[in-house]
Amino acid sequence: MRRWILSCLLSFAVPAHAVLNIEITGAGEHQTPVSLVRFAGDAAIAQNLLDIVGSDLNRTGLFKLVDPAGKTPHEPRDIRPSEWVGVEAVLIGSIESQPEGKVAVKFRLFDLVRNAELLSQVVTAREDQVRAIGHRIADLVYERMTGSPGVFSTRIAYVSRDEGVYRLVVADSDGDNEQALLTSQEPIMSPSWSPDGRQIAYVSFEKRRAMVYVQSLSSRKRTLIADFPGSNSAPAWSPDGRQIAMVLTRDGESQIYLASSNGGQLRRITHSDAIDTEPSFSPDGKSLLFTSDRGGSPQIYRVSIEDNDVQRLTFESGNAFSPRYHPDGNSFVFAHFNDGVFHIAVHDLESRQTQVLTAGGWEKKPSFAPNGKMILFATEVQGRGILATVSSDGRVKQKMVAQRGDIREPMWGPFLK
Amino acid sequence: MNKLILSVLLLNLLAACSSNPPKEEVAEPAATSASAASEAPGAAAQETAAADTRAADAQAAADAQAALMEKNSVYFPFDVDAVQDADRETIMNHAEYLASHPDVKVRVEGNADERGSSEYNLGLGQRRANNTKRALVLGGASDSQIETVSYGEEKPRCSDHNEACWAQNRRADINYSAQ
Repeated sequence: MRRWILSCLLSFAVPAHAVLNIEITGAGEHQTPVSLVRFAGDAAIAQNLLDIVGSDLNRTGLFKLVDPAGKTPHEPRDIRPSEWVGVEAVLIGSIESQPEGKVAVKFRLFDLVRNAELLSQVVTAREDQVRAIGHRIADLVYERMTGSPGVFSTRIAYVSRDEGVYRLVVADSDGDNEQALLTSQEPIMSPSWSPDGRQIAYVSFEKRRAMVYVQSLSSRKRTLIADFPGSNSAPAWSPDGRQIAMVLTRDGESQIYLASSNGGQLRRITHSDAIDTEPSFSPDGKSLLFTSDRGGSPQIYRVSIEDNDVQRLTFESGNAFSPRYHPDGNSFVFAHFNDGVFHIAVHDLESRQTQVLTAGGWEKKPSFAPNGKMILFATEVQGRGILATVSSDGRVKQKMVAQRGDIREPMWGPFLK
Repeated sequence: MNKLILSVLLLNLLAACSSNPPKEEVAEPAATSASAASEAPGAAAQETAAADTRAADAQAAADAQAALMEKNSVYFPFDVDAVQDADRETIMNHAEYLASHPDVKVRVEGNADERGSSEYNLGLGQRRANNTKRALVLGGASDSQIETVSYGEEKPRCSDHNEACWAQNRRADINYSAQ
């Protein structure tokens, strides 16, 4: 099973290129002190794994990585708790070379406070899949230490714009391991992941106006699913993957429609003389959040799919755009434009309170990580679009600065099943 | 028929602003059309004089055409999609041209500045294009001559974060060479 996950993850892996500089600011309220010991076995692979796991855990702001200071236990029996004062858990392991360029990585997470093993697993993979193994180890360590599944093995999609060339890019959640799914001379917008992570719906202007396509990540095969007159845009998959909500102007204004995932069986959901756009399904699939200016300025609304009943959710000064549900369905993130700047903000549906998470800037298009702990969004540094994340509590922020190009429209992908 | 030839030639001219087609090719059919519009029937008795007149008329028509095409954008205030009074003349000029050239087709392309989400701006650009089309149709153009599309904030003419730049990006272009 685990091996299957890895092979699925890496179905189109190419050698990783360090294209991003990651700058982290802030820290979690409580940082768990953890020590990572370089694994026994192949030194180059061991160092690579140590770097990947360390950087993954570090980016969350929830861990304090404690230098093992020369200690190199590889088995639990080698760990003497008295030598690890102040450290809550230590990660140890070993790498074993196998035939046909494969490696078996055995790793263990040892709880020094309770003197107990928290995790013990073996992952077998090709040597060139070290990044995926590292992310997998980090996911499990994160899960054991925080109680929530890690998202280091998940992927993100975004659009890069570089000297008039647009690329739809899929990358690891740390921005590394980029794959271009589509390259075009015309704009690309609004990538949206299918719930199983195997397909991406997006908007392409390659036929000189906005049309919606669905593309398979593994076969690269793509299907045009909406090319009505005017603009076809803002695709969003239903949680069961059977339907796609999208925005069409075929009847005049931008209105939200629901279609089967091949574009058929069209049904209109909103009926207004306003711009209704950016639909986002609730996790239970029963309603959609969307942006509308029906009240005079763009704000966030919710529509029930069953009876098309609409409710306004935000009453912010300024404008609210791009709502995306938290995976638990109890809150949503959006881009708030006020006094000339965009902030990333979270609105709690029960308390109806809005919390601003970022300092403000050219911050757009937020989406939650599938564990709900981080938010990915687009921002700008020195006039160039970059990726950034903020923890859901606003404490930990990171910017991922690409070496070139202008990055826009990011969307965090789902857990890979 | 003459109008059709004229339109086709003008479109070719527009489409190829960088190249200069031989003068005769432009002048001849254009002059025929111009004479039909502005001269009394049978006025071409004196060939030399008529040729001069034709050339002059053709030049005038080409100039008028160039002037029309030079102003093919209308502009909008922030988050507004109604065509502004300031652009009434531009709209009327294009509406009249389209009315008198029923075979010409145009694309009205709506755009928005970056102060919104890309999807909202796509909707806003579409609305601007739709309203521009409505104004052209009210001015005499035919509905079937005009396609509307939106580029939202995706194709900014200017990419700085300031009002001077945004003002240029909040516009609809009447594009004759896109069909």
